[in-house]
Amino acid sequence: MDRILLGDNQFFAVNHLSDEKSRIQSVKFKDNQAIINVLDTAMDLGINTFMCTTHDRIVKICDYMRQNPEKYKNFKFHPCMPYAHKYANAMTELGIVGTLKEYIPGNIFAVASKAGIAYVRKDFPALMELLVDAEMKMFKGMNTPVIFLQNVIVDLLIGLGMYDILVHYVEYIKKNYDAEPGFITMNMPKMVDICEEIGIKNPIICSSINKIGFRMSGDIETYEKYLNSNREFRPIAMQCLAAGALKPEEAMEYVCRFPKVESILFGASSRAHIQQTKDLIEKYSK
Amino acid sequence: MIKVAIIGLGKMGMSHCAILGAHPDVEMAAMCDPDGLLQSAFKKLTNIKCYTDYTKMIDEAKPNAVFVVTPTRFHAEMVIYALEHNCHVFCEKPFCINHEDGQKMVALAKAKGLINQVGYHNRFIGTFNEMKRLLSIGIIGKPFHFIGEAYGPVVLKPKGGTWRADKKSGGGCVMDYAAHVLNLINYVTDNVLIEARGTFMPEIFSKEVDDAVYSTLKLENGLQGQLSVNWSDDTHRKMTTSLKIEGDGGKLEADATTLKIYIKEDKPAENLKKGWNIKYITELTSQVFFNLRGEEYSAQIDHFVHCIKEGITEHRNTFEKALQTDFIIDKLIEDANK
Repeated sequence: MDRILLGDNQFFAVNHLSDEKSRIQSVKFKDNQAIINVLDTAMDLGINTFMCTTHDRIVKICDYMRQNPEKYKNFKFHPCMPYAHKYANAMTELGIVGTLKEYIPGNIFAVASKAGIAYVRKDFPALMELLVDAEMKMFKGMNTPVIFLQNVIVDLLIGLGMYDILVHYVEYIKKNYDAEPGFITMNMPKMVDICEEIGIKNPIICSSINKIGFRMSGDIETYEKYLNSNREFRPIAMQCLAAGALKPEEAMEYVCRFPKVESILFGASSRAHIQQTKDLIEKYSK
Repeated sequence: MIKVAIIGLGKMGMSHCAILGAHPDVEMAAMCDPDGLLQSAFKKLTNIKCYTDYTKMIDEAKPNAVFVVTPTRFHAEMVIYALEHNCHVFCEKPFCINHEDGQKMVALAKAKGLINQVGYHNRFIGTFNEMKRLLSIGIIGKPFHFIGEAYGPVVLKPKGGTWRADKKSGGGCVMDYAAHVLNLINYVTDNVLIEARGTFMPEIFSKEVDDAVYSTLKLENGLQGQLSVNWSDDTHRKMTTSLKIEGDGGKLEADATTLKIYIKEDKPAENLKKGWNIKYITELTSQVFFNLRGEEYSAQIDHFVHCIKEGITEHRNTFEKALQTDFIIDKLIEDANK
């Protein structure tokens, strides 16, 4: 994995501190070209991995890159699935079966289809595979070395104790996409424990890591204990700026204190910001 | 360990179930839902015992506490059955459709000394709690007006959906979205809404239920304000709830992420300066034991568990308080149908 990963919240009006900022961002990135311009700037500054949710708009970004293969030959995506709000809103309106029907390709009530057979047999690993394939369709032909399961799903599965699905996800991503599976979670220490328990070796785990303990459930001390331990996992730090509560310099200095942190995920949209973050990470990584 | 059973595994039920499953003091023992796919998933993938009949579940599993997370019209019979079997009860919002049923549940829980709570999670968000505190110490002087709002993208197409599109089941924007705002107004002002005027509840895409609610409201203490709620609003990525309160000494504006404070004079005791001051959720939130979809969802469950352990029957989010929200919902519907 690259040391620095560019995130996508800034493109899709996700701001954990301010709805006003969200609105400004949504106007700024209304046009797909505006997103592509930021990705080009990042590439120009040596950042070649885009970690993004499987948002509908990524379809267009991938289309554009497929049309310019030479330019983007070294560019990597880290897809994060699913785009949770799409499913959450559908669940409220359509219920669970309605949501599956809406998003699984093919008809889950037609017994002849792959989806139908999986549904009738209540074959949950097969249903999961169908959902993964549906989300991954947009990345066809793109380089996707790590494929993440979003925190809403990871944390739901660990809360419910549905560990078999996590194990199956790991196997399926490795086998069918020749990629590394990754997990985003709001509960990093718990996830590390569970992976050890169920035999997921050296997992890539992306979680909030910041100086003020924002979105680090349990407490910051436990997170630090895990990051300073020799437990086998590959941490990615996200929300390093604690949704803007920290200044970039102190934020990056803190994250870089942990040599175990393999990559740092951040969101920015101007050249100056991307450059600044990159410089700070490099400065404190020495 | 507190043994918990849950009735209803829709979106909220699933969320509660996962949070309960991760709580260190809870044994997530049993679930009840008629859906075949869910039954099968829970049987194959978890250690939670599965039922399709909630009375059988309560009789057999003998839980200490029951979560009722079904469509609103089923709440009364399920909550009463659980209380009669000496279970503490957490019920999803809105509390119930019929006011007499609501009173019966409040009285029964009280008589039995059982912990009762309703899923109004905004009461566990740091910004709203800080707003409540500042209001209570008179930071903005005498309040004269409020605006409570909620917007989100639930119904965006003209088609039938789940029980939420059915009036008799307790669906509609007034029950689903407005309930949160009404409950929050009561909570933050530490008062009770008693009157609704000029209410209109348009159907935008739905055929049977309202998609938006607009009204002028009055609290028991005389403070008046507006309600503006719309669940067919796709300018918001997810549900956004906010409350503004104006007073003769300033203004408070809060949503789930930010609290803005405008004051006309310095308040050194509160470390607030004349003019605009901003407090962010990052400084107003304490960490939770497990985070699934926001601290407030875990915090409300932790609060319920804490109240059971400590025997605290009077707390910030009881049946009685939820019944006050049901009361003003009835007033809104009545006024809109005039």
